[in-house]
Amino acid sequence: MRTIAYILQKEFIQIFRDKSLLPIIFIVPVLQLLVLSYAATFEINNIRFVVVDHDHSTESRQLIDKFAGSVFYTDVGQPSNYKAANQAIKRGVADQILVIEAGFEKHLLINHHATIQLITNAINGSAASLMNAYAISIINDFNNEIIIQKYPGQFKGMPVRITSSFWYNPELNYITYMVPGILVLLVTIIAMFLSSMNIVKEKEIGTIEQLNVTPISKFEFIAGKLIPFWIIAMVDLLIGLLLARFVFGIVVVGNTFLLLFVASVYLILVLGFGLLVSTLTQTMQQAMFISWFFLMIFILMSGLFTPIESMPVWAQQLNVINPVAYFIKINRMIMLKGSGFADIQWNFYIISIYAVLMLGFATLRYRKRA
Amino acid sequence: MLILFGLPLAQVLLFGFAITNDITNAHIAILDHSRDDVTREITHKMLSSHYFLLTNYLHSDDEIQAAFQKGDVKEVLVFESDFARKLEKEGAAHVQIILDATNPNTASILDAYTKGIINSYVSQKMKQTASIPISIGIQNKMLYNPQVKSVYMFVPGVITILLMLVSAMMTSISIAREKELGTMEALLVSPIKPAIIIIGKVVPYMVLSFVDLIAILLMSVFVFGMPIQGSLALLLAESLLFLIMSLALGILISTVSKTQQQALLLSMFALLLPTILLSGFIFPIANMPLILQYISNIMPSRWFIIILKSIMLKGVGIIYFWKETLIIFFMCIFFIGLSIKKFSIRLEE
Repeated sequence: MRTIAYILQKEFIQIFRDKSLLPIIFIVPVLQLLVLSYAATFEINNIRFVVVDHDHSTESRQLIDKFAGSVFYTDVGQPSNYKAANQAIKRGVADQILVIEAGFEKHLLINHHATIQLITNAINGSAASLMNAYAISIINDFNNEIIIQKYPGQFKGMPVRITSSFWYNPELNYITYMVPGILVLLVTIIAMFLSSMNIVKEKEIGTIEQLNVTPISKFEFIAGKLIPFWIIAMVDLLIGLLLARFVFGIVVVGNTFLLLFVASVYLILVLGFGLLVSTLTQTMQQAMFISWFFLMIFILMSGLFTPIESMPVWAQQLNVINPVAYFIKINRMIMLKGSGFADIQWNFYIISIYAVLMLGFATLRYRKRA
Repeated sequence: MLILFGLPLAQVLLFGFAITNDITNAHIAILDHSRDDVTREITHKMLSSHYFLLTNYLHSDDEIQAAFQKGDVKEVLVFESDFARKLEKEGAAHVQIILDATNPNTASILDAYTKGIINSYVSQKMKQTASIPISIGIQNKMLYNPQVKSVYMFVPGVITILLMLVSAMMTSISIAREKELGTMEALLVSPIKPAIIIIGKVVPYMVLSFVDLIAILLMSVFVFGMPIQGSLALLLAESLLFLIMSLALGILISTVSKTQQQALLLSMFALLLPTILLSGFIFPIANMPLILQYISNIMPSRWFIIILKSIMLKGVGIIYFWKETLIIFFMCIFFIGLSIKKFSIRLEE
């Protein structure tokens, strides 16, 4: 144990002496959490729409008012013809066009059926589906209102009443969804960056030789390397949780200790991965590129930005080996839904096995040799 | 080499295939207090659309929470008891959609899909039986991207990142490397003019990024079926302008930084992250807080992505994006001017 204590002392001195490393460890993650959480939003609340109203009737005006009154929509003009509206989309000042043909009111009231056209700029596909969904629900509401208005008594709206309730996030706030994911991202990057650079740095500077001639055993060496980074990453996670609580107002619904417990195992896994990279590479630049390559794929596939269920099956299967995906899932479940250990146990077991494997490989690969 | 060609191509593939927001096969659980023909029919309608996949039937309200907490279920559909009878006798029955809204977007889209399916079932039923409701048909048109593919959104962004990465980052690092190793001084004392040295350093990267650009374009057209609606020549010309700008930026970074690591960190934090986050590549700018929107104005990539989308997807001519082109042009002149100034000061010392 004494030996490990000495290595720990050495590592901490080394970390805190490097003045350029400190801001990376503590300030960058905080900035990342703040900027990413605000920037990474797919929320749509400001759809710029133009209306081409060929009908100019009471009904058409009422429909337009309904759009303009919605919090999602901003009216950016009512051009006289379709061509002008199309120009607005081409110039990029409008997102959606509503075309109401002449005779809309007449068709609606006499023939009981009228058609309107909805044109959406679909370059951003996911935004377009959302915009479409909003528009359709507004038009359906409008439809029901007319029915109630024109046939009072006989019709109480659609016979099947549908109510929706949005659990865990009733205000549909995107930040609530992103923050737990970004927390994972941030501790992963820090842990990976620190551990993968570490042994290889000693190799480059040549100090590894000095360590090799000391009577430190393999396990003590790896443990001594691991523990300081583990502590730093846990501190980062705590800072992040505090920020989430006091800046973003996200209260951990589930058990915070369970979260920290899973995090501690997850960090061993990431650190093990980093150390493995570090033992396999010869220069810091190599280590950096390899860890960036893996991190980028892990992060993009992790479900942080886009839901895993939307990915093709092969990508979902690939995610079996993606540690980031497991922890993001667990973190969101605990923080937002209050899932307990029974709900996350399988994910947790996989992380644990993975952690043991990584650490084992790293220890195995590290050899005391010149 | 791996980074120059492997990374960009891997990125396009990843973004093209794996990174999508389209919702298919969302897991759904059903709590049917009624179990009659109508609820069964609605359930069947829901499951035969390709949006939903039945996980299991629940038996009581208490199970809803547990189903969500287990993780996979995204929506629970609750039919009240005596559904069919109430519908017939009282003309009103109640169905509740409960959504796991931890991901707000998935939740709203699923909500809309479910309502759409139930409503269309009901209106069909009503036409069959009695009274005539007033209905508004909606003709939907998805402009520029009729199949609503995510690639359309991502390819312009990947092209931009790549041009930035290869040209700005690689040049800055390679020049910083010469400085660090001291070979830059050796080159400078040779009778070759500094300008020629810089041009000599820059041209290979320019050629490389151009080759990359063409590889990505070919891939997006032939693998992902992405169109190039506008003029190809214009596209290449604009890319060249953007390329020169990125190179100027790269030279500027290298004149400011002393070591490779500095140059790498600078380009990482000053270029790559903002390019991904604030350029409208993945996340729409219009929804960000105002401060971030202002900051995004000074990102060259933001303007270039607009240009790329205009040419490739909208197929419009330069009249629609002369402003963006001009902005990039001035940025280009600004960076070149600044780096010349920095460079000459260094030589005087």
